[in-house]
Amino acid sequence: MDTKLDRRRLLKATAAVAGAAAATGPWFIRDLHAADAIKVAGIHDASGGLDLLGRPMIDVLTLAVEEANAGGGLLGKQIELINYDAQSNIQYYTQYATQAATKDKVAVVHAGITSASREAIRPVLRRFNTLYFYNTLYEGGVCDRNCFCTGSTPAQTVEKLIPFAMKKFNGKKIYTLAADYNYGQITSKWVKKYTQDEGGTIVATDFFPLDVTDFGPTIKKIQAAKPDIVMSVLVGGSHISFYRQWAAAGMKKEIPMASTTFGLGNEHVVVSPEEGNGILASYAYFDEVATPANKEFLARYHKRFGAKAAPLTEVAAMTYHGFALWSAAVKKAGTTDRMKVIAALESGLSFDGPAGKTTLDPATHHDILDVYIGEVENKKFKLLKSFSQQKPADTAAVCDLVKNPNDNQQYIIDVKV
Amino acid sequence: MDLVVVVILQVVASVASLALISVGLAVIFGMMRVINLAHGEFIMLGGYAVIYATRWGVNLWVAMLIVAPLFVGVIGIVVERAVIRFLYGRMIDTMLATWGLSLLLIGAATMIFGNTTTGVSAPLGGISIGQYQTSLYELVLAVIVALVLVGLMVILKRTKAGLIARATMQNPSMAASLGISTSTVYSVTFGAGAALSGMAGALIAPLSGVLPTMGISYVAKAFITVISGGAAIISGTLSASALLGSLNTLATFAATPVIGEVVLLLTAIVLLRILPQGITGKYFRRAL
Repeated sequence: MDTKLDRRRLLKATAAVAGAAAATGPWFIRDLHAADAIKVAGIHDASGGLDLLGRPMIDVLTLAVEEANAGGGLLGKQIELINYDAQSNIQYYTQYATQAATKDKVAVVHAGITSASREAIRPVLRRFNTLYFYNTLYEGGVCDRNCFCTGSTPAQTVEKLIPFAMKKFNGKKIYTLAADYNYGQITSKWVKKYTQDEGGTIVATDFFPLDVTDFGPTIKKIQAAKPDIVMSVLVGGSHISFYRQWAAAGMKKEIPMASTTFGLGNEHVVVSPEEGNGILASYAYFDEVATPANKEFLARYHKRFGAKAAPLTEVAAMTYHGFALWSAAVKKAGTTDRMKVIAALESGLSFDGPAGKTTLDPATHHDILDVYIGEVENKKFKLLKSFSQQKPADTAAVCDLVKNPNDNQQYIIDVKV
Repeated sequence: MDLVVVVILQVVASVASLALISVGLAVIFGMMRVINLAHGEFIMLGGYAVIYATRWGVNLWVAMLIVAPLFVGVIGIVVERAVIRFLYGRMIDTMLATWGLSLLLIGAATMIFGNTTTGVSAPLGGISIGQYQTSLYELVLAVIVALVLVGLMVILKRTKAGLIARATMQNPSMAASLGISTSTVYSVTFGAGAALSGMAGALIAPLSGVLPTMGISYVAKAFITVISGGAAIISGTLSASALLGSLNTLATFAATPVIGEVVLLLTAIVLLRILPQGITGKYFRRAL
């Protein structure tokens, strides 16, 4: 037999194999893989400084879509997930959002990590009439009928964290360090409000651009200000150096720390136990949550992405919840038509999942969810307290989409401080 | 009173870290007039050298002071042989080539190491000064930087190799006609500059963590320092880092970190308006 493999023969063989593959399998699968699939886009940062947040979100969204497809898809159609990597660059967010809406014509976009990226794509997706899910915890205030925010907001987490930290550390003076963009600016105001509500004071608030790595002068300033507690609203890979430098200066045992962001990007796994232990944080999900639903979810996640896959945090869990809420709405509406799906999402839809029960609030398009406070202990969180079914009271104070369905803005909530 | 001591120590630490991240660039720019836009990536590679060396059980200090400079120095020599030597005297072309190299190194590091922040914990712990705590490591860093600069001075002033390097720097064609292989001198100089950058990355790693794109955070500051300092390698780096580092730190203490950065950049702009040749273009002209 002639074993020579020339190009023509290779082409023939390949064509035959491809043809066989296409011909086998039940007829309906073939049909579903054709143009008929429901398209879903994810835009997250798989690279760059925010990748530590983005990659678990992408993995979990992939898992959610694969599970839905294995269960027969949606409305009898398969779901096609298109993942875009925005590379921690706002410019790519708008570019890919436009592409997803106009070229791919997707039914829904799950996207955005920083509030800056959300505000870049939210108008784009509204203009192109494409439904948008933002699954990250953020500073609150977005009021847009086309946009659903499944993550927690300060009234749900910071409001709990500050009194808890003040009591646990027996202190009243707080020094805030925050990332210098809308999330940090607004969240630090909430920190101030809740501190003052508890009878405490903010001794100072410092803002840092996302690429700052040298915190030496700040650490000395904190010492000069002598706060009882340090509150970190720092974001991203560069800011991790603060925790390292803080520990290197021997400050860990001097002043305790709480954070609205530490652990969200698995910072507690990146730094050493000496650097991370004892930091308090509050989220709507920790992967240490010991419910059966969460254990099963984590087992499926690790089966799909390996035992060493990154631990999951609120942003990943809410991405799962966000997708589940959307697919439940599509089933309920019986169509992927945007307005009908929005109406279904506004019907008080709930999903019971790894992060417990989350219900979309029709008036704000935000989640009513369970909130936990955890303390870092040897690269894990030890859960100290939980709060059941917290409402997005901050956004609710300014936003009512039932009354004003055409509202379209992010309210900078006027925090009275 | 304690606060004064702590502020002074912080100023010293900031000046030292600025000098540290700039000295490798200063050697390459001052000796060879090559603007190395891949400087930040040499720093990044030094950081990764430390991370991996310590994972394989090498002592942290050995990794920072020996392994990382050697590793990045070798890479520097390879880069010089493969790219830079074809472009001497063509400043714009070298900038383009090294910029491409910078992108290539970021991409390669992302593929090999993954795009996440890794790091090692800082050794030595903290010390108390009155009621303040400061990182002992930062102070040791300042001492190391001082030793490096003194060492560089001694090599350039007191050794034959230093004499040859300075001769080549001053007048390459005369040096060549006296029998010096200028090509070897350039190659070694570039390697030495890269090694210094690698050591900088290694020493920074415990404080800032290591990320493929970390060079970007440092390269601009290093450039500003070197250009403000002017042509003289040691006195230029030292005077510019002293000026910019202390103003930056004092402004950070007085106001906010953002104002600190603004003051640094404004100072550099004003400085270059008054002294276009850098500090050593006007003062310490005969210094190294």
